[in-house]
Amino acid sequence: MNDRPAKSEVALFVTCLADAIRPSTAFAAARLIEACGFRVHVPDAQTCCGQPAFNSGDTATARALAERFVEAFEPYAYVVAPSGSCMGMLKTHLPHLFADDPAWLERHAALAERCYELSSFLADVADFTPEGRYAGRVTYHHGCSALRELGVRTQPERLITALSGLSYMPLAHPEACCGFGGTFCVKYADISTAIADEKVDDILATGAKTLIGGDLGCLFNIQGRLHRRGADMEVLHLAELLAGSTDTRPAEASGS
Amino acid sequence: MTITYTSDHFKEQAHQALGEPNLQRALDRTTTLLQARRARAYAEFEEFESTRDAASRIKDHVLRHLDHYLERFETAATAAGCKVHWARTADEACAIVVDLCKAARAQTVTRVKSMLGEEIGLPEALDGAGLERVETDLAEHINQLAGDRPSHIVIPALHKTREEVSELFREAHGHGRRIEEVAELVQSARLALREKYFKADVGISGANFLIADTGSVCTVTNEGNAELTMELPRVHIVTAGIEKLVPSMDHAAVLLRVLARSALGMEITQYTTFLTGPRRPGDRDGPEEMHIVLVDAGRTELLADELAPILKCIRCAACINHCPVYGQIGGHAYGGIYQGPMGSVLTPMAASLAKAKDLPHACTLNGRCVDVCPVKIPLTDLIRTLRERIWQQQLTDRPTRWGLGLWGQVVRRPALYRLASRISARALRVWARGKPMIKRLPLDGAWTKSRDFPTPEPGGTFMERYRRGER
Ligand code: SF4
Repeated sequence: MNDRPAKSEVALFVTCLADAIRPSTAFAAARLIEACGFRVHVPDAQTCCGQPAFNSGDTATARALAERFVEAFEPYAYVVAPSGSCMGMLKTHLPHLFADDPAWLERHAALAERCYELSSFLADVADFTPEGRYAGRVTYHHGCSALRELGVRTQPERLITALSGLSYMPLAHPEACCGFGGTFCVKYADISTAIADEKVDDILATGAKTLIGGDLGCLFNIQGRLHRRGADMEVLHLAELLAGSTDTRPAEASGS
Repeated sequence: MTITYTSDHFKEQAHQALGEPNLQRALDRTTTLLQARRARAYAEFEEFESTRDAASRIKDHVLRHLDHYLERFETAATAAGCKVHWARTADEACAIVVDLCKAARAQTVTRVKSMLGEEIGLPEALDGAGLERVETDLAEHINQLAGDRPSHIVIPALHKTREEVSELFREAHGHGRRIEEVAELVQSARLALREKYFKADVGISGANFLIADTGSVCTVTNEGNAELTMELPRVHIVTAGIEKLVPSMDHAAVLLRVLARSALGMEITQYTTFLTGPRRPGDRDGPEEMHIVLVDAGRTELLADELAPILKCIRCAACINHCPVYGQIGGHAYGGIYQGPMGSVLTPMAASLAKAKDLPHACTLNGRCVDVCPVKIPLTDLIRTLRERIWQQQLTDRPTRWGLGLWGQVVRRPALYRLASRISARALRVWARGKPMIKRLPLDGAWTKSRDFPTPEPGGTFMERYRRGER
């Protein structure tokens, strides 16, 4: 394998939702990582973490993507993704796909220990303290993968509450799933919606005006339901809040 | 008797459940309460993690040496005066029980709730043999009156509100009153059931643990009906899955520490009973005969399967109580005997993967079940394993297969993938006609039936903008 990568080189795993729907999230993530003194790389060979295939039982496709991921990202000192769900897949589930292949397992293990979800990278590795200001009442939704697969519990809140001017209103049920679940949300749309409604009720009950999350999948699900129910709430990825790039949110976007 | 599974109608059943106000009220009340209670019980239990580790290890150990402990148990139980029977299948188990009832010339049998009994279709078999079957568990009594299956493995009538129960009892107990108080409802059932306890010739129970070195059967309940069912009739029959074995009382004690806390947030259940053999000379009570039917019904086969960890399950229902899907649709929608995460693993094995293929998919993989399982069963991994089999056996519906197949081809080719992302993002922007949120998505409307979808940001995908030098 390559020589030990220079400590400052960070590869950004963009995620498909940020790439196609919400580039602001990925730009914000890149800016934050650079602000911490790292150099950001965006490997061209990246596509998807493979979760849609893995969770649908198509392990052959998931395995092909797993190999591609390891090959494309092992030259870097760190891999960071603005998503607990994609990172949960890349860091914790890939070994299932390499189970019969010690060589790949070893390569993956060496890479996995350098893989981080964005908020944990900022808080635990980069020792980042945000300096910005955000006026308003905000709440935070924990994605299930970040919480339970990666054990990212306190980092997002530590970062959020470091901003000045903001009041933080935690959810009453922070452990509860939002009902997204990847393909689940379209396959069992009515169950998914019922779960999302409980999440939305919990969010509205906090009195917050802004919802922050670390996963675009969950955020799109919740935002979609909030909007359909006519609730007026700003929905931001944690990266956008921290990088102060809230001016490019899609709600104010125009033109193509 | 082989029971009928309706898991192939999962979607309709779930849809119906979502629209049932009484069920929704019952679910809201109960699941929230059970979650809070469990959290409180464990907050006060400092050795939780270490006890959970120990509980998990005990179960692993027993499964690895099941043949050894089964033999030990048979020897010890026989020495204590029990007759041990072996049943390979559900039907065999039911036949053994029915034959024992016939040999005892039984007319009335009392039964205390046992999920294994439900699993093997014992209630149906007893009814079919013309026996008067009396369910003595309050919730099972309710289900028997309503003609329902359990909707929860610990709280079998969770789907019924107090008001509905009151209505059922008004007619069935013949007092014509509409009772409001829970305590009075319980009293009403007690009165109706009391005489049956004394009339019964045979009492049938399950087992929470089988103690290998003493041949004892351990049951845990909260109502005291189990003791009356097991000790009053002349004959006591236990039906238990072979995975219920533990090496000794000490091991059972470890599992007991996590069972009631996980199930109901209680330190210990009201009644924890160890029964060793029938009445001995000089004993004041107990049955004359005690039979133990050890049921395989697919378990040995499971032992050699990747899904074997599900055999560690102690039926505490914590995974069910914390499952967001169960919390919305309740138990009957699953169309089997077991519900929630553990049911989504067990039912496809019992009913057939083809019939129950919705269950492993009707899961968000949020992982809370894994966090709360007291014996550390990797439920989401097992659910994914089932999904893999569904895919391999080509049971996935065709649109999904084709859609994923096409996506799989694109996503393996980075250049093509980037092009596809660009095209879809642009197409969606055109479709959105300048609005920030899309009300109806093209092609698949499932998302936008109840949710809007964010319009892609202007200027193209991240990858193309980044390549253009934007930062
Ligand atoms: S799978 Fe675990 S949490 Fe679920 S019922 Fe069984 S023991 Fe309890």
